[in-house]
Parts: sequence; C-alpha cells; structure tokens
Amino acid sequence: MISISQQTWLQPWIKLARGERPSEQLRALAKTLLVPLAGIAAFLLLWAVAAGQINTSLGAFPGPLDVWQQGGALLEEHAAERREEEAFYERQRERNAQRQAVDPSYQPRIFPYTGSATFIDQILTSLMTVTAGFVLASLLAIPLGILIGLSHTLYRAFNPVIQLLKPVSPLAWLPLVTMVVSAVYVSQDPLVPKSFITSMVTVMLCCLWPTVINTAVGVAGVDNDLNNVSRVLRLGWLTHVRTIVLPSAMPMMFAGLRTSLGIAWMVLIAAEMLAQSPGLGKFVWDQFQNGSSDSLSRIMVAVITIGAIGFLLDRLMLAVQSLVSWDKSADLR
Amino acid sequence: MSHYLDISKISIDFPTPEGPFRALDELSLRIKKGEFVSLIGHSGCGKSTVLNILAGLLQATEGGVALDGKEVNEPGPDRAVVFQNHSLLPWLTAFENVQLAVRQVFRDSMSKAEMRDWIQQNLKLVHMEHAMHKRPDELSGGMKQRVGIARALAMRPKVLLMDEPFGALDALTRAHMQDSLMEIQRDLNNTVVMITHDVDEAVLLSDRIVMMTNGPAATIGEVLNIDLPRPRNRVTLAENSDYNHFRQQVLSFLYEKQRKVVEIPREPAVDEDEAAPARGKVAGLVDRLGRRA
Repeated sequence: MISISQQTWLQPWIKLARGERPSEQLRALAKTLLVPLAGIAAFLLLWAVAAGQINTSLGAFPGPLDVWQQGGALLEEHAAERREEEAFYERQRERNAQRQAVDPSYQPRIFPYTGSATFIDQILTSLMTVTAGFVLASLLAIPLGILIGLSHTLYRAFNPVIQLLKPVSPLAWLPLVTMVVSAVYVSQDPLVPKSFITSMVTVMLCCLWPTVINTAVGVAGVDNDLNNVSRVLRLGWLTHVRTIVLPSAMPMMFAGLRTSLGIAWMVLIAAEMLAQSPGLGKFVWDQFQNGSSDSLSRIMVAVITIGAIGFLLDRLMLAVQSLVSWDKSADLR
Repeated sequence: MSHYLDISKISIDFPTPEGPFRALDELSLRIKKGEFVSLIGHSGCGKSTVLNILAGLLQATEGGVALDGKEVNEPGPDRAVVFQNHSLLPWLTAFENVQLAVRQVFRDSMSKAEMRDWIQQNLKLVHMEHAMHKRPDELSGGMKQRVGIARALAMRPKVLLMDEPFGALDALTRAHMQDSLMEIQRDLNNTVVMITHDVDEAVLLSDRIVMMTNGPAATIGEVLNIDLPRPRNRVTLAENSDYNHFRQQVLSFLYEKQRKVVEIPREPAVDEDEAAPARGKVAGLVDRLGRRA
C-alpha cells in the first residue's frame, strides 16, 4: 500500500544496493538515519539519567532498561496466557471424547475460556474501539461537512453548535454517554459489550469536528470557475458533488480526517481509563491500582505503545490519502 | 434568420453598501448566425459581465437576451463558455474533461461508441489527439486552452462564448491559437462572441468588433464591421491598408475617445512601477501606452 519509492528514508539504501555513487548515498544515509538515531540516543540517555534521580513510593522511576524488560515480560505473559487457553480447550475436548465413548447420546459442551486480558488483547480491543468510533464519526462528518460547505445558510445554522461542541473534553461527555447507553442499549444477549458502545460513542463525539470543519472549508473553497463549468453543463447535484466538489475538497478532508483520528486515539485512552472499559487505558489504570514494583515500568511500556500506535495510525491515513488522491505529485507529510 | 442572438437593452446593477452600482446600461446588440463578434474595451468596463449574462451565469437587472427565439435565463450547454484560465478539472484527463461535457449533452442521443468518436474528433480538431490521456498539469498553457475549446465545441453549442481565451498565453502561442481558431471557424462556422483586449486579435478574427465605453454604466460605444476577405493571413494583412485602418480605428477609440484615466504618481520614477499594480497594473500600462499612441 505504501509505495516504496515514496519512503525517502529507504531511497539511499535502494541506490546503495544498485551501486549508484556510494559516497553520496552514504552521506544521504548519515543524514536520514544517523541524525534521527542520535536524537533517540540522546533522549534515552537523558531518560536514564533523570529516572535514577526520581524516587517514588513504588521505587525508582523506571529507566529504559526496566521498561525494555517489562515489555518482554508482557509479551511472555501473553504467550503463556495463549498456551493456557489452548490447554484449557484441549482438556475439554479430551474429556468430551471420553464421555462420548462411554455414552454415545452425550451432547458435548465447550465452555469458553475466561482468562484475564493480556497487554496484547488490550491493544487489539483499543484498536477495534478506535476504528469503530472513527469510522462512525467519519460517516457522519463527511456528509455533514459537504452539506454545510455547499450551503451558506446551513453553514450559518450549524456553525455555532459545532464551535460550541468542538472544545468539549471527552471526560465531560463520558458520564452522559454512559447513562444514555445504559438506558438505551438494553439487551439480554448483547452483540457487543456495553462498555465498547460507551467508549465508541465518546470517541465519535470528540473526533467528529475536525472532519466536519475541514470538509466544509474544502467544499466551500471549490474554484468558482469550476462551479461555473458545472452550471454551464447543468450537472445534477450528485454528479456535481462527485466530479467537482469531492476531488477539490479531498486534501482538506484528509487533513481533517488525520486530525480526527489523532483525537480519537487520545480520547479513547482517557475514556477507557475513566469508564473502566477494556483497552490500553484500562491496562494503565489497572497497573496504577496494582502498585507493584513493576507497575511504573509497565505503564511506561503502555505509554510508548500508545505513542507508536498513534504514529502508525497517522501514517496509515497518509497512505490511504496518497492512494485515493488524484494529485500524486502532492507532497504529503 | 437575421437575429440569431438578440441582446436587448440589458442593464445590470450590483448591490453595494452605498446603493446599487450600475455596471451596464441599456446595452443592445443583434448577432447573426455564424457571425464572429469581438467585445473590446478597457479592464473593468463590463465585457465579462456581458458574457456572463449571455452564458446565464448572471441575470440582467433590466432587459433580456434571446437565443434562437428563446429567452436566456439560466446557464446551459447551448451557450458553451471557454473560460480565460481553461477551467479544466485538474483530476481528469483531457479526454475525460471533454467526456464530462459530451455525456451531459448527448446522454440520450449517442451510444457509448459514438460518444468516444465524437470526443476524439473534437480533440483532433484542436490538435490534441496525441495528449488525450494526459491530465491538465502535464499540459502547457496553450494545450490546456485547446482542450477547453474542444470541450466547448463538443457540446455543439448554438453560441460559443469566449472570455479572453488567449489572454493568459505568451505572444507566439497566442498567434498559433488564433490561427487554429480561424481554421476551426472556417470548418464549423460557429456563432462566436469573444471578449478580448488585444486589438490585433480582434481585427484578425472578427466579422464585427463591438467597442465598449468605460464603466460605470458601460454600454456600446462604436461597432466596426471588419469586411476583410477570408481566409485571413496575419503576415500578408500586416501590410494591408484596410487592416491597418481598422486597427487604427479601434486604437483611436480605446486610447483617445475612451482613454482610461488612471492617476500615476509623478514623484520618483521607481515608485511608479511599484504603485501601479495596486491600482490595476493593466489599466496603468494601457494609460501609458495610450499617451504614447
């Protein structure tokens, strides 16, 4: 999906492999690789030194090495949990087979495994929630943005409400969303857990706005000459939106979508923490409550993971943008 | 059919905080089928406003326009417009840009294959068949304008409206485009209304030149019949006394009778070129040229 030629940091390697002017490529490598690596090294050093100076009630603040170890431990716990789960099902199958051998009329039953969620499970839950919230928000925000971008009247009608709701913190929405979801989402056999709906709706409410506003601005900024072309051709409303409005608004729309996705990810962690709904936020909160000597290191692992996933999500949006954008020469960053 | 396009007493007012501003005042003009008419005048005299009213993009406050016996009150493909800055959709290729227009106009009357032939035929007419599948950003300014003309011609319009079609091109490309346009005009004999501020272009291409007075409340000053034989050749015409006479008449209208008064500060000479753009660079240049002429 991400074309290799667009990854500037890869280019010197490719050229080096092809044997194009090695000295020049090495200099380019130093610039694209060595400098960022030096920055990271300096950060790690500073972190290690500062961590040693801070003593908390749970012991010294974890340095890079402690965090690295706990990262490994979390992965190992995940693997152990999976082995446990596999073994659990294996035992049930054996037992069922034995009972069926004795009594052929026995209907075998498989009990679901109810082990605790590992770090990896929590990451997957968070990713699922953020995707659901973001997709739902985009499905609402893009059409709304197009509508208010096309009509001055609608824009004036919606703008005050949008401006009012935009700065609201997810923590303010959460109690309301929780109560409403509890009241509305009643089911004996729910398809998805209530906490998932609560986090998703909170994420949606907070990340709608950048996409709405950017789409509206992009749509309103369509070149007037192109609008005149559309009028002379008497394009129907849908054709007009599809052939003229959407392609011109595309860059602005994606700027909005990227901001929205960033906000969605930040909001999700806070919502999970406060709502006790499964995910990375809950992992952090549980570690904080747990208060063992490893807790701070584990929280740091979560912090770094949250940052890395946020970064990857942004890159992913960028890749999607360059995939659907008509202007392949545009410099996306 | 003597009056194919009938413009009768059109006036237009634009609302301003100080009350309505009358840009055009009772402009009347009758254009025959197959006639090539140029509108010439200084910047801001309302030439583009006239064209936009003909296109239906603007509504006259008073008076009206009739084309082929029907009143014009909204934009439509029977009055195709060639815009000054090509106005091609940058995300579509030359072919797709023309296709958008052809699909819209001949949806019910042409098959897919017929449409494809018709699009290619029009791109061929403007000598763009070699770059059919290129996008506007891969084409030069002149080529983009050719595609814009192909798009307009492909609508098979009753009137072709051209808003300074070659104004943004360099002099050599412009001459080339004018020759192309004359060639197309010889084959198709379209009814054309073209806006220009290039005197040579107007005399070379037109059957009639309509000279507009300066605004506000602009209207037609003089109309000049250019009865030079066709086909016209710019090189041989350069020594033709009729041609030079027509040129002189247009120049005299623009720079003597309708001299645009633009104040240019007398003080330091350096200042003049810096201050001019703010006040309308074109108008300033026109004034200086006018004084020299």
